[in-house]
Amino acid sequence: MSTQSPSPQPLWSRDEQNPDRPGQSRVEVDDIAPQVVMPSGEKALADVDAPEASGGALAAPMPGASSFAFATVGGRLADLWNTLTRNRKAAIGLLIVALFVLVAIFGPIALHHDPNALSSDTLQPPSAAHWLGTTQTGQDVFSQVIYGTRASVFWGFLTGVLVTVLSVIVGLTAGYFGGVVDEVLSLLTNVFLVLPGLPLAIVLASFIPVRGPQTVALVLLITSWAWGARVLRAQTLTMRQRDFVEAARSNGENAFRIIFFEILPNEIALVAAGFVGTVTYVILAEAGLEFIGLGNVTTVSWGTMFYWSLNNDALLLGAWWWFVPPGVCIALLGAALALINNGIDEIANPKLRTERKPKALKEAGKAPQERKAVAL
Amino acid sequence: MRQLLRRIVFYIVALWASVTINFIIPRLAPGNPAQALMARFQGKLNPDALHALEIQFGITNESLWTQYWDYIGNLLHGNLGLSITYFPTSVASVIAQDLPWTLVLVGVSVVISFVLGTLIGMLIAWRRGSLADSVLPPFMILFSAVPYFWLALILLYVLGFKLNLFPLSGGYNTNVSPGLNGDFLASAIGHAILPALTIVISSIAGWMLGMRNTMITTLTEDYVLMAQAKGLPEREVMYAYAARNAILPNITGFALALGFVVGGALFTEMVFSYPGIGYALLQAVQNSDYPLVQGIFLIIAIAVLAANFLADLVNTALDPRTR
Repeated sequence: MSTQSPSPQPLWSRDEQNPDRPGQSRVEVDDIAPQVVMPSGEKALADVDAPEASGGALAAPMPGASSFAFATVGGRLADLWNTLTRNRKAAIGLLIVALFVLVAIFGPIALHHDPNALSSDTLQPPSAAHWLGTTQTGQDVFSQVIYGTRASVFWGFLTGVLVTVLSVIVGLTAGYFGGVVDEVLSLLTNVFLVLPGLPLAIVLASFIPVRGPQTVALVLLITSWAWGARVLRAQTLTMRQRDFVEAARSNGENAFRIIFFEILPNEIALVAAGFVGTVTYVILAEAGLEFIGLGNVTTVSWGTMFYWSLNNDALLLGAWWWFVPPGVCIALLGAALALINNGIDEIANPKLRTERKPKALKEAGKAPQERKAVAL
Repeated sequence: MRQLLRRIVFYIVALWASVTINFIIPRLAPGNPAQALMARFQGKLNPDALHALEIQFGITNESLWTQYWDYIGNLLHGNLGLSITYFPTSVASVIAQDLPWTLVLVGVSVVISFVLGTLIGMLIAWRRGSLADSVLPPFMILFSAVPYFWLALILLYVLGFKLNLFPLSGGYNTNVSPGLNGDFLASAIGHAILPALTIVISSIAGWMLGMRNTMITTLTEDYVLMAQAKGLPEREVMYAYAARNAILPNITGFALALGFVVGGALFTEMVFSYPGIGYALLQAVQNSDYPLVQGIFLIIAIAVLAANFLADLVNTALDPRTR
């Protein structure tokens, strides 16, 4: 962010002396704490209109210890995982996401009813026989929700991975090479950024003759890669000038190795935050597109449940159990992913962590006659 | 100055790209608008009419290049073609009729959401460590993850259907004649409250969190400490020193959000059947109305481009560091 303080702030705080700050990382830091230089010259397109705090806050690379250890992407991911699970909110988010993934993988096997089976109990409210009621054609809503989890979660994460991979490739290449390559890729990125994403997705999905989750995935891939690419490009431009890149270059490493094995591991937090944000957006957008009927309406997923419930006047018939559960699932999953992203933000920028003032400190701030005794 | 010229050139390129994408997309689908219209009449139209319809829709068998130049020529004359759903009304008049509804609804909602969200974010950041600060941000994160068309459904069901507080659909009561009279305005406002509530609730979290995060970073700056040391009243430090600098990214975001005003409330309008651009796009998509889809997308793209340009200008004007 262009409003951030220019003073250096190491990513990992050295507060091992402060044991009662929850969520603080206990990672050992090198004696030489990495100094962060905010990109001063690169004000132009890079961070000026980035509305997210995580873009600039995650400017610091991981501790220098890994300059000596092998700096692979895997090692850094392990670092990130360790720190993430210590942050309470992020841990809750990860738990919920893991729950959904488990349901997606194992849920359909344990179902009692076939989600597509028609029956004669039409539009029954939730009961012992049908835990979430039935649809207009007698299908069991609970089975549909469980079955739909698989489709929605799978396509959501797959599209998220594809979008992240594309934005990493474009962003890092543009940032590292500079010059003509950078100009061309930047122009491409900016043009795609400026095109309205969701309307374009709707238009594309409606014109492509094949309707299905693959089309939705392709359409969302085309419209959402540009944001991550721009953030990563800005970050790579800073990284490029650092000593370890110079050292790698003079060692004779080729550009491909430098980009993906030297620079990328240092930007893993940014990539992870981007991935989580993208998956959230993709799950919402996919449900939205299917809600309009642009997906394959014969399959079972959260979005198509919305479509069918609206088309069969569930609202006017008072059948809230048809459209409320898929929405709750999307909201829960989206909230869990947002919590994870918030955790990543808070790790990178310790000032954002929300902690209640310790009681002793609160009491110290009051006038002497109002203070209460507090056990320290 | 050079920066400004570079930006202007970029926006011209982006405009050209939007127009070209708009030209290419309908040609991805098999068939053409004339055939789609024929299909709608389900055999009641004389097959010889196909040729006449093709002429009317401007479909020729000429080369792609010639079609492209004709298309650009038509655009410059404001001719966006004929709509299939509302045949033979022109696309331009359909858009002109629906656009004001969307602009008013979403414009007002975005302004309310921005003002409320920024104020709350600023107040929360100012009182770090208080109850509000530890409860509201996670709550807001949860709220921002709710799919807003689902929120629209819930609000419609609870407030409109069950409690009968608000009308269920439409932009205004069909008993009232449109015009600048009190009855029409009252019914229009009544029909707009639920969609506006949906948009405000679903977008306020973003403004609030954004403002809170930048405000927290700004509060650690030296000049805020200096202002407090000078003995200025808390309120003045909060508004005139901290918030004034922290609001910058939010203002840029607001200018960008204005661009999404035209295309942003698509799902909300669809759920409430509100007669705006989003609802028109839904009808167009479901009826394979290619000219209308093209026209609407072009309008949305131009609006977003204009808003981006405005955001750039505003940012350059407000932040001396970017010049």
